[in-house]
Amino acid sequence: MSAASIARSGTLGQIGLLAGRSALHAIRTPAQLIFPIVFPLVLLAVNTSGLDAATQLRGFPTESYLDFALAVPFMQGALFAALNGGQDLARDIEHGFMDRLALTPMSGTALLVGQLGGALFTGILSAFIYLFVGLAIGAGIAAGAGGALVLIVLAVTICMAFACFGTFVALRAGSGQAVQGFFPLFFVMLFLSSAFFPRDLIEQDWFRTVATYNPVSYMVEGIRSLVITGWDAGALWPAFAISAGVIAVFLALSARALKTRLLRT
Amino acid sequence: MSTLARTRSVAAAVAWRGIHNAFTNPAFLLPSILFPLFFFIAFAGGLSGLQHAPNFEYAAGYTAFQFGFVCIQAAAFGGVFTGFAIAADFELGFARRLMLAAPNHGGIVIGYMLAAMARAAVVLAVVLVAGLVSGMDILGSVADMVALLALALAVNAISTLWSCGIAMRLRTMQAGPVMQMPIFILMFLAPVYVPLTLIAGWVQTVASYNPVTAMLEASRGFIAGEPTKVGIVAVCLVAMFAFSAYWARGGLRSAEAAG
Repeated sequence: MSAASIARSGTLGQIGLLAGRSALHAIRTPAQLIFPIVFPLVLLAVNTSGLDAATQLRGFPTESYLDFALAVPFMQGALFAALNGGQDLARDIEHGFMDRLALTPMSGTALLVGQLGGALFTGILSAFIYLFVGLAIGAGIAAGAGGALVLIVLAVTICMAFACFGTFVALRAGSGQAVQGFFPLFFVMLFLSSAFFPRDLIEQDWFRTVATYNPVSYMVEGIRSLVITGWDAGALWPAFAISAGVIAVFLALSARALKTRLLRT
Repeated sequence: MSTLARTRSVAAAVAWRGIHNAFTNPAFLLPSILFPLFFFIAFAGGLSGLQHAPNFEYAAGYTAFQFGFVCIQAAAFGGVFTGFAIAADFELGFARRLMLAAPNHGGIVIGYMLAAMARAAVVLAVVLVAGLVSGMDILGSVADMVALLALALAVNAISTLWSCGIAMRLRTMQAGPVMQMPIFILMFLAPVYVPLTLIAGWVQTVASYNPVTAMLEASRGFIAGEPTKVGIVAVCLVAMFAFSAYWARGGLRSAEAAG
């Protein structure tokens, strides 16, 4: 595509071009698509059996650990999508693709938002697969069909929140290794949250405190509420608000980082 | 110089290099310490409420229950980290120079294994200190603890030989997932969070046949001062060691053939 046609296509068209490229890359790299989808489902199967005894505890919110744990694959899928999206962007920086794009009339907004297309594609696809597999193996959505739709929207919003963070790291560091280096942090945040056990049943005070201050707990609890409680505004709004906040903050920081990176070019 | 002396000399040199690299470069040592430590903190801290589930019976408490798992996991993943180091040695060309210089190639594998065991011993000590600081109860005797250490080191040796076989066949860092995924799956298809009797569904059936289950039960038995399934574990360890040694030998032959 020539520089003139890029300029004519407008910001939305440019976003579409880059998002399409990013999504196509995800489709053409099976490792990027299969592992983030399959691994969380394997862990779901193992944890559902291994932690089933927890449902016999007094105060456990549901009789099925599958229902309780169904939120976790959505979170893990979002983490993997963010990691892959960040690494793709870092690779584009390392290989000079971003530098070449900077020489075209493409707008900064298109560069930033378009690059998130791959993560968005993986996020939507994996969210539908997790929901479908969950329902197929016996999970129920207490909030009904409308709740399932909101669950997908929330899962994709969370995915975009993590992806914006991954984008920021990639733009700041410009290296895939740096993005990879942040993955354990995401992993730690997931494990030190209420992902595997309800907050009010966590016995260790320090762990409960960490889980209470950990924003990932509220994201998980938002998804979980739709599965086991039904429509619970008290659980849903923090999940949406935190995700939207993370998106806003890291998109703004990414825009600044992009400006700095393009100035260097 | 006899074959045995040559093997010993090569093994000692490779082991010394591995130990030196591990303990002078935090980037090598830290992941192998932080990984099990994190699992220990996350599982013992977040899931301790599980000890109140009906029929959960373990005298030493949930922290010790998880310590039994983390010991075996740390030992197994210590072997995988050594596999990464071997693959890196091949990528950087060091391993090829080593094979040209060493009069006995079997000593190279033994050296890597000894280095991995030394590193695993340090990691286990760190996890033990973390457990004791967090108030973990150890009901076993000193002999039980020595037996637990021996079990963990044997698991580490098996895991190292397995990873070494892959690293020497593929000779690239990209082989990392091939080394760790089977171990990860074996570890988590075992009674990680609760005793075997409390696991539900198909995982309980798989776990009943998984040798790691016996190892976890033995390790928890040593901590609780009630050694259990020691004979079965010994047989499993011997069989797995024989298989992984054969596997590593095949990897060594493959690396030799590649030149």
